[in-house]
Formats: sequence, structure tokens, C-alpha cells
Amino acid sequence: MTDRPLQLSRRALIGGLASSGGLLLSGCSDQQPPTYGNILRMGDNLTYNAQRLLLSRSALVAEYDRSQISSMPAIGTIDPSRSDVGLHDPQGGEAYAALRKGDFADWRLKVEGSVNNPKSFSLAELKQMQSRTQITRHTCEQGWTAIAEWTGVPLRTVLAAAGIRPSGRFVQFHTFDLMADGIDMVDALHPQTILAYGMNGRDLPIGHGAPLRLRVERQIGYKSLKFLRRIVVTDKFNDLGRAGPIQNGWAWYNGI
Amino acid sequence: MRLREAEAKVGSRGHRLWVRLTHWLIAGAVFVLIYSGVTILMAHPRFYWGNAGNDLIQPLFEVPLGPNYHHVSFAPATRFFPSHNSPVTADLLVEPWNQNSWARSLHFLAAWCFLAGLLAYLTFAFASGHARRVLWPRRDELRRKNVWQDVQAHLRLPMPAAEPGPPYAILQKLAYTLVVFLALPLMFLTGITMSPAITADYPILLAIFGGAQSARTIHFFTFTFLAIFLLIHLAMILLTGPLRQLRGMILGN
Repeated sequence: MTDRPLQLSRRALIGGLASSGGLLLSGCSDQQPPTYGNILRMGDNLTYNAQRLLLSRSALVAEYDRSQISSMPAIGTIDPSRSDVGLHDPQGGEAYAALRKGDFADWRLKVEGSVNNPKSFSLAELKQMQSRTQITRHTCEQGWTAIAEWTGVPLRTVLAAAGIRPSGRFVQFHTFDLMADGIDMVDALHPQTILAYGMNGRDLPIGHGAPLRLRVERQIGYKSLKFLRRIVVTDKFNDLGRAGPIQNGWAWYNGI
Repeated sequence: MRLREAEAKVGSRGHRLWVRLTHWLIAGAVFVLIYSGVTILMAHPRFYWGNAGNDLIQPLFEVPLGPNYHHVSFAPATRFFPSHNSPVTADLLVEPWNQNSWARSLHFLAAWCFLAGLLAYLTFAFASGHARRVLWPRRDELRRKNVWQDVQAHLRLPMPAAEPGPPYAILQKLAYTLVVFLALPLMFLTGITMSPAITADYPILLAIFGGAQSARTIHFFTFTFLAIFLLIHLAMILLTGPLRQLRGMILGN
């Protein structure tokens, strides 16, 4: 009898170690970013799992005063209708140019996938929902940072309106340029993860992703996609092919 | 106690196994960290103080490194607010040189190895008394005369061949103490202070270093210190019998 707890705990320990090793290095789980055998992607997954294990899931990033708002460059795609800068998608660019001509009155945000009520929101409808304004630091992978005030709807409010199915694990974002990306539910339901339509007290400028961009405050800047058009809740991890970061050689999770 | 006796006995005879293992783990990781770190720096070779810093903000200084040095191409800036000193935005017209896709991931992969090596080293160094006995300078060794004698000994060429490993004279003690107890932990701490996820949990990091950009600047200065240490370290090995020194750090003596 006295041996039993010891055996159990030893077995639990071995099992725990084996499964955590699997978690860290796994390339085949459908709940983990695929590594395709690339050691850099294994390192990314190690960082992802370590941060999910060691960091609080609800901690808020620092918020600043209005006086601390700084200059902020607009980089990457600065206008989806322009073919000379950024990741231009001819079809998306054309659609974007037409919507912009009408001040985005006809723009819609589709929310679909593993939700009970697939929905489509106009900009006016989003602006009527309960908003959140936050002054936060944007951290670009290049090394620069900027502080700006963002106003928008918490992503979790929009997802709740569509009703996430219990099987939903990831949220994907599709845009008017060639970029798409996703986040897990920890970041998606975080109170500071918002769909922003305002910046520094005005409508979001074109260069910063008008009419609607994502703010994922606990990750590096490129996760905060600009020029949103569609949100998809998925049950399994999907790397989004050539539109997503992984197949372009970039990390999917960027907490650091 | 037995560990300490063994340590005292072996004191003048080369490097202990755990010193050798952690030395090479950290050395390998640092090599990759420097390579990937310089690549990351080349994407944005400007440094700032505080929390915000970018191409539209005056830098403290800019490092003349790579194609992005003094080379950014913006459309005319527009103000966020009516006031004449308002922060601005501007569209970047040409994508800068950027290899961060692999360089960032490689940096963090190497950082995990570095952290494992550093934690193992510090644990062994403190648990065995190695830190206090072999590295930490004694008060009498810090006397000006003793330090000056050691400086002079290091300036005389050719240097006499040295036995690998402890005991160390004062300059060596000071150099190793600064590196393992200050500079290396500081690299780790300033590194994670640039992480938005970690600072959400530990905002004290931002308070300690004065902001995310300050941490980045201190990360760079500490790197510079470590790079100078590394050059002197390698020079000293070359000047005091490189084969014997290398053998000492691989085989122990």
C-alpha cells in the first residue's frame, strides 16, 4: 500500500515528461503549429508552449496615458489597392478600392466557421457594439515600437455574438491583401484583443488598416492584421498556406 | 563538504566537468545568439530610450550596419493631432532589408539553450561554493597595488604559458565575475523585457529598465561589453598556450 502512491507519482511523472516533450516538439498534433521538420519552428513551438504554461493567460499589457502617444510609421501593405507597395492581391485590392470609394459603407466583416450563427457586420454595427479604448505599445519584429490609442470592439464580443462552438480552438483572420493569420483562443478571448476601427481618436487611417484591424497586444506587431474582411473560427490548426506566416518562414506565435 | 574538498583539491588542476559542459553549451549558444542578434539588429540599427522608438522618432544613435543604415523612404508625414508638435504617421514606401523571419526564431532557439546553460552554471557555481571561492574577488586582492601588478603582468609580452583553470588572478576574477553574474543575466533580462507577452505578466521589467526601447539599448551595450570580453578572452588563450588551454576546457587539464 505504501508503494502505490510512489509508483503512481513516478508513472505520472514519466507520463507528464513524455507528454510535455511531445507538446514541445510535436509536428503532427492538429492543435499545434506544424513544424515541417524545421528546427526553427520547433523552437517557436517550445516558446509558445512554455509561455502558455508559465505565463498568466489573463495578464493585461501596460496601458499608457494620452500624453505618451508617439509617432508610428505605417509599414507593410499601406493600401491594398496599390500594387507597388506591400503584399498586393489584385482581386482584394480591387474590392478594397471600390469599398473605400463609398467610405466603407458597403464593407462587411464576415464571421464564420465553428460558430452557431455565422454573421456579417457592417462598420456601423460594429461601432454600435460596446467598445474598448486602449493606449498600448506596438512592438514590431524589426525592433521598433510605437504607442497609440486604439478604439474598437473586443474580439470576444464579436465571437460571442456569433456563438463559438465548444470545438472551436483557433481564430483566423483574412484580409484585403495577401496576408492571413490566426491566433489561439487564449489570445482571441483576451480582453485587450480588439477589432479596432479608431486610432488616436479618429477613424483608422488607410495606412494602419482601415476600416478595421486586429490588435493582439501580447504578440509582435505583424499578428495584428490590417484590412480585415473575414474571421473564421476553426477546430484544428490551419497554417493558411502561402498567406500564413509559417510557409513564408515566419513564426506563428510571437509572444517575444 | 566532500564536494568542496574535492573542489579545493582540484583547484589548481584544470576545469571541473560541470564548468566544461556549461562553458561549451553557453559558448555555442552565444555564438548563434551573436550571429542571429546582429542580423536582427540590421533590420533596424537605431537605438532609443523609453518605451517608444521608430523611424519617425529621433534615435539616441544609429549603428552604421547593413543596408538599412540611414536608409528609410517615407511618404510625407501627417499629424495625429492638430498641435504643431503632434506625433505623426507616415507610409513606408520601400520594404527595408529584413531577415528576421529566421533570425528571430534562431535567436530565441539559441536563447533557450543559453538559458539552460546559464541556469545550470549558476546553480552549480553557488551550490558548490565555486562562485565564492574561485571567482569572487577577496578584499585583499582588490587593493590598488595588487590590481596594478596584475595589469602590468598582462601587458608584458610574450605572456608566460598558463595552467588552464583556477586559481585566477584579480583581473581574471573580475572579468569572469562581471560576465557570469552581471552581463549574462542582464542579457536574458533585457531580452525578455522586449517581449509583449512576458512584460504583460511582469511589468516590473519595464520599470527596472525604463521601457522596452531602453531595454533594447541596454541589451546592445551589454552585448558590446560581452563582445569585447570575448575578444580579450580569445586573445588571452592565444597568448598563454592555446592548445593547452583548449585541452583544459575540453578534457579538464
